[in-house]
This record gives sequence, structure tokens and C-alpha cells, in this order.
Amino acid sequence: MRGVEKNLNKFIEAGIRVVGISVDTPEDTRKYMVQAAGYSFTFLSDPQLETIRRYDLVHAEEMASGKDIARPAEFLIDPSGTVRWRLVTKNFFKHALPEQLLEATKTLP
Amino acid sequence: MKRLNWQIWTGFLLSLVAAFSYPFVFVTWATTREFPWANLVLFAIAFVLLFLGVRRAFKPGRRTVSKIFSSLAAVVGVLLLGMLLFVIYVMGAWLPPSTAAPQVGQKAPDFTLADPNNQPVTLAQLLTEPVNNKAPKGVLLIFYRGYW
Repeated sequence: MRGVEKNLNKFIEAGIRVVGISVDTPEDTRKYMVQAAGYSFTFLSDPQLETIRRYDLVHAEEMASGKDIARPAEFLIDPSGTVRWRLVTKNFFKHALPEQLLEATKTLP
Repeated sequence: MKRLNWQIWTGFLLSLVAAFSYPFVFVTWATTREFPWANLVLFAIAFVLLFLGVRRAFKPGRRTVSKIFSSLAAVVGVLLLGMLLFVIYVMGAWLPPSTAAPQVGQKAPDFTLADPNNQPVTLAQLLTEPVNNKAPKGVLLIFYRGYW
């Protein structure tokens, strides 16, 4: 996410809206992600895991937090709402790199 | 007076640094996170020092206690490396299979979620509201664990 933030202007130039989704409440997201960490893209809160469950991304009783949270995953969606690219990682420490994501945006019409 | 076995001490401390600098420092950057080469370099230096320290402790005339202590320090150093690799490659893979997650070509399920100002936002909105004063070419959804 840090890498995406650093390259955010490239995503915006490519016409891509970047959106982060987690179980954090709007208050926590504002406090920790926007104010403390300085992220500037869109954040959405799913504390009830409704959307996270619909996308089958619930990591139940995750060890470090002891809570139900979202597992890492990235989806690139075109304006018709169709998934054009995705990465549902198999290892927590290996997620999509900004270069990889920018490359994927080129597949969009 | 016996001189301090500095190789053992430095090697032991360095192996602690090598293990704990991953979660606290090197996890930050993709280049040091995906493959922990920075930590492996630190471990390599630590193991050389531990090896030299153990060899020194087992020289004739050394006390038994220093033999025991240096061996323990070396074992803990190796265990720390094992622990780091276990966390990255075994525990890192403890993720749900997510077999029903939307596939390429499928419609992304719509949603309405609150933004940091508590305003509801839908996926349809994200897909239509302008980016850079133009209709968006796409939306990148990043699901993440939340703040640490």
C-alpha cells in the first residue's frame, strides 16, 4: 500500500481510482491511515465484514489481531463492473507491487 | 584476566537484530519483504561470529561454563533463523483459500461502505465519478488487514 501511495499520481494519470478496504472503522481509518500515515487515496470501512464476506476474503480469527479481518487481495475492475485482473495472494508477505498493478491497468479498455 | 569472547556476544546480538529487524524494519519495503535477503545477510555475518566464538570457547584452557554458554548462543542464533523462515514461509501462507472470490471476467459484487467521513459510498459511484476530470478507466480495490 505504501508503494501504491508513492505512485498514486501514476494511477490517477491512468484514470484508476485506488480504494483500500478493511475492517477498521471510519474513525480509525481517518486517524491512522489518513492523518498518521498520510495516505491520500479512498478508504472504505467494512467493520461488519459484509463486503469482505461477499468477496470471500474473510480471514477468521487471524493470529496477530485475534479478530476476523480481510486477507490481502487486489482487484482491478473496469467501468462496467467486471473484474479485469486480480491477485489473491497465497502468502501474506507477497502482495501486488505498484509496477505490477500499473502494468495490469494497461489491460483495461 | 580472561578476555571477553566478543565474537559470541556480537554474533548473538546480531542474530537477534537479524530476526527482529524483519517485522520492524525490512517488512516495510517490497524488495526486502518478499525475499528476506537483508536479514539473511545479517544472519550470515552473525553465524560467522558465532562460529568463531564457539571455536574460541572450545580452545584448551577455557572454562566449561563458556563452552556451554557459547554453544547455547549459537543454537539460539540458528533457532532465530528458523523462526524467521517459519514466520515468512509457513505462517505467511496461513491464509483462507478464498475460492469464491470474484474471478477475472466476473462481475464484482456491488457494495455500500462508509468512507473516513462516515459518508456511504457505492462501487457504482466509484466506477462513475471522475478521476483526473475524466470518466474513470477502472477501480483498484485493495483489501488489507487494517492498521497495525
